[in-house]
Parts: sequence; C-alpha cells; structure tokens
Amino acid sequence: MVAGSPPVGRDELLAVLDEVMDPEVPVLSIRELGIVRDVDVDAAGAVTVTVTPTYSGCPAIQVIEEDIRAALAAAGHTDVRIRTVYAPAWTSDWISPAARMKLKAYGIAPPARAEHGALVQLMRRRLAPACPYCESRDTEVRSEFGSTACKAVCWCRGCRQPFEEFKSI
Amino acid sequence: MTASPLAPSVVPGPSAAPNPLFELLLRLGDDRLVLGHRLSEWCGHAPILEEDIALANVALDLLGQATMFLRLAGEVEGQGRNEDALAYFREAVDFRNCQLVELPKGDFAFTIARQFLFDVYAVILLDALSSSKHGELAAIAAKALKEAKYHVRHSGEWVLKLGDGTEESHRRVQRALDDLWRFTGELFAADAIDRAMQEAGVGPDLPALRAQWETLVRDVVDRATLTLPLQAPVLTMRGGRSGAHTEALGHLLAEMQIVARSHPGATW
Ligand SMILES: [Zn+2]
Repeated sequence: MVAGSPPVGRDELLAVLDEVMDPEVPVLSIRELGIVRDVDVDAAGAVTVTVTPTYSGCPAIQVIEEDIRAALAAAGHTDVRIRTVYAPAWTSDWISPAARMKLKAYGIAPPARAEHGALVQLMRRRLAPACPYCESRDTEVRSEFGSTACKAVCWCRGCRQPFEEFKSI
Repeated sequence: MTASPLAPSVVPGPSAAPNPLFELLLRLGDDRLVLGHRLSEWCGHAPILEEDIALANVALDLLGQATMFLRLAGEVEGQGRNEDALAYFREAVDFRNCQLVELPKGDFAFTIARQFLFDVYAVILLDALSSSKHGELAAIAAKALKEAKYHVRHSGEWVLKLGDGTEESHRRVQRALDDLWRFTGELFAADAIDRAMQEAGVGPDLPALRAQWETLVRDVVDRATLTLPLQAPVLTMRGGRSGAHTEALGHLLAEMQIVARSHPGATW
C-alpha cells in the first residue's frame, strides 16, 4: 500500500494526523495510541486513512473520524476515505515508551504488558499499577471500569489519592 | 462486499434455504445486542456508583461487538441491510439470540449470575471462533475476546462476593443460578446451521465446548460456596436460535426499536 504512494505526500499526511489528539486521552495523538494503522494517497490526491478501534464499543470513534476529516481538510485534503479494520486487534502494547511517559505525567498509570495467547485464567487477581503521582506500589484496583472504556479506577494508599490506569488489553 | 464463498457450498439447494453464515452471525450479534440492552437497564439503578459505570461499560462493549457481527451479517446477506436495519427493523421471530440473554434483568444477583454464565461462554466461544476459517469473523472474535476476558473477571468476582457474602446475597445468587441453569443447555446445542458451519471450518463444535465451560463455571461457583444443579436439567429451555422466544423479548424490542421505527431514517 505504501510502496506506490508519493513519499512526501504520505509523510505530510502523517504529520497532520500527529496533531489529532484522542478525545478521551487528550495528551496522546491517535497515532501514538495506535488507532491510525496506515495512510495512503493515490495519484489523484484521494486520501485513505486506515483506523482500528481501541474497544469495539468505544463511543469516541465517531468523534475521531470527524477530527481526522477536519484536520485533513484544514491541510487541503477533502477527498478522504476512512477505512476501519479489526485485525490485528488493537492492543495497548502499541503505545510507545514515550507515549507512556506522557500518560504518567498526565496522571494516568500506563498499561502493563498485555497477555496474549493463553486462554483466560479465571479470577486471577492482577497486580495493581504503581501510583503515577508518588510511585508507591501500595495501590489497589478499585474497579476495572472507569470514566472511559480504556481506563480502570485505582487507589493509592501512599498518597491517599484515586488515580486512573490505562488498561492493558 | 459479497457473501463468503464458503456459504453457498455448505447448504446447496434452493436459494430460500437459510444462509448458515448469515444465521451464525445473527446469533452472535443478537446475543450481544439483547444482553447489552438488558445491562443498560441498570444505568442509574445499580447498587453502587462503580457498578453502575461497570455495567454500562460492559453494555457498551457488547453493543460494539453486536455492531461488528450484525454489520458483517448484513454484508453476507447481500440484501442491503446494515446493522441498524437488522437491529431495529426485525421482529422478535427473526431474532436469533439464546433465551438466556432476553430474560428480564431481575435483581442484581440475577443479573450477575446470568452475566457470569454468559461471559464464560463468550470467552470459550470467541476463543474458538478466533481461529475460524472466515477471516473477518475471526478478526471480530479476536477483538471481542479481549473484552470478554475482563468481563468475566468482573462478573466472576461478583459471584464470589455475593456467594461468599451475607446470607441474603448467598440466597439470592443461588436462587438465580437455579433459575438460570435450564437456559444454559441452549448455548451448546448444535443444530443444522452449527453443524454446517463446523464442517466448513467457520464455526466451533458447540457441544464439545460445554465441558470446558462447566469446569470454569464450577471453579468459581465452588469457591463462592454455591452449588450447581447436579444433573442436566429436566426441562431445557431452547428455541431462541430459531426464533422461538419468551414473552420478555417482545417487550425489550418494543422499547429498543420504538424510536427508530417512529422516525425511520432519522439521524442525530
Ligand atoms: Zn500515590
């Protein structure tokens, strides 16, 4: 897909998409989150952006698509097609080390490494993440379900504060 | 998009014969659409705030999964129906969900017990489907499996809390398990559709999944100091997969479909 496209055009498009922030985690761009899988521009200038949803019920995906169109339109690209793919399934492992630092600075504990392959081990309690504020490991997961699909709610006994964790899936 | 080349070869004969791949996708989509709606009924009514948020989150995941399965079903059918047409403009007899998911939400113990039985089923089923020969189905299953894994951790923890909790919580969740048990046979009962899909390498060997399901369910139920009905149920409720539903589904659909049917084509 990439091979035949003009390289300059593609880099320029990626730079535009670097500026599109995730509506629910606004410190990360949709590229840093791994939502943008590919971008392609044909000889006529038609742009195809390939995206994958983080969670299948993520209500932000429509907003993200609108934001992509708006950002590309502002850069002069109005012939835009957005293609949604499900494979490979999105994983929090795609979030880069640099992006994890941004999450932590924002007060969200970054995701642990996702488990792949093995069938679920029912009911095994998972390790709670370190507190993003005070680094304490004396923490607990209060609820697997937080303000958005991608976050869990945790509590730090060290600094006695609630914090959010970006779930690993 | 056109129907999978697998589909026509499975059931040769007149074009009126049901397309097994379409039927399979409806079953997968309808289970999640209906159960997601049942969970959404707890929004604003759950016993604690965290749980209100949790049930709404699970409902959203299920709705998202239903969207993916029903969209693919519409493409496979090739009659121009999208996921919204399938969700809002079919009658109860055309729904293919199992009866387990359509039962009224009951009390919190009933909702949790039902969810736990379904979540374990979902994990095992989606794991099997993620190696389906149908690439798009396998991709959706692999994605949904990730979500089902934390759904089951949530509902399983609640079964432990309620079962090994107070006398009242124990009594209620035990009663729920007893009431629900006869609806679990349908999850693993294979009909001609399932067998055709299994032979084509698209669907799993459903009856073979039951033992694994029961092992995982029993592990949690035992630790929750609860008991499962020992024998296969005398009366097994089924029929949902072919459109025979309890009265409850009609009421659910009336509520779910009324806006779309009153204002066809509306967007907001
Ligand atoms: Zn802390």
